[in-house]
Amino acid sequence: MERTEAELIAAVLRGDAASFEPLVQKYSPRVFATARRYARRESEVEDIAQEVWFKAFDKLNSFRGEAPFEHWLMRLTVRTCYDFLRGHQRNRESSFSDLSGPETDWLERFVTQPEAATETADAAKLLVGRVLEKLSPPARLVITLLEIEDRSVREIAQLTGWSVPLVKVRAFRARAEMRKILTKMTLDKYL
Amino acid sequence: MATRLTNRVCMNIAELQRKLLAAARAQAPDDRVPYAFEKRVLALLASRAGADKWALWTHRLWQAAAFCAAIALLLGVWVFFNPTVSSNSTDLAQNFEITLLASVDQSDQAQ
Repeated sequence: MERTEAELIAAVLRGDAASFEPLVQKYSPRVFATARRYARRESEVEDIAQEVWFKAFDKLNSFRGEAPFEHWLMRLTVRTCYDFLRGHQRNRESSFSDLSGPETDWLERFVTQPEAATETADAAKLLVGRVLEKLSPPARLVITLLEIEDRSVREIAQLTGWSVPLVKVRAFRARAEMRKILTKMTLDKYL
Repeated sequence: MATRLTNRVCMNIAELQRKLLAAARAQAPDDRVPYAFEKRVLALLASRAGADKWALWTHRLWQAAAFCAAIALLLGVWVFFNPTVSSNSTDLAQNFEITLLASVDQSDQAQ
């Protein structure tokens, strides 16, 4: 008979580390999907996921069972990703001069015929990845959660541990930061 | 020409931002998990627990050593500042000998 999550967690807390395996197996896809939003290299994604599970194991006694385990784990994942962004700020130093051919083409198409530059194009996806990499860690986190994952301010506050007003302030600054980066990118490219 | 292009680019920044964010939204992240990832996590947790046990022992032994060194130091300081002023002339070795041989002396006297 399959054990419930609560039973598995209770067993891990009693010292049965093997009971942790089904939890890792069940929730790793969500952890990896979240980590891939913030890290590009697969080795970095794996490091983040591993770190998340180590933290989950160490802090399991702080899980009170009032909310689903998944929510608790996602909070841990988002905070680990934020720590990763803060620790890898050097990625922001790359320039826009090395845009690939399709990226440049998409940008040129956008400038001449904005309606022809579709958001489903692969080049647009690559380009947004570059722009996100240039954002500061709080800006990137808040843009990802608010604009890309379409989460509410309250949800972001719960995930990040920031207050609701702080999330709003950071969202405002993040949008401005992104516009500044886009302006710089287009001016660098065309002037 | 360049100024006109710049103006056009600057005006469209909001639209560019909207399009790029829509592109990011359209791209669901890959949720693939490397093969046997859960086994690897469990193995690393087990090895970490072993390492933790040794680290705990090392830490405890260092604590005990520090505690012993502190006691030795305190006793040293105490002995240094309170030199034993013996009221009689016998020293510790003689006292020890007398105590140890007291029973032998008593049995000799009884005979």
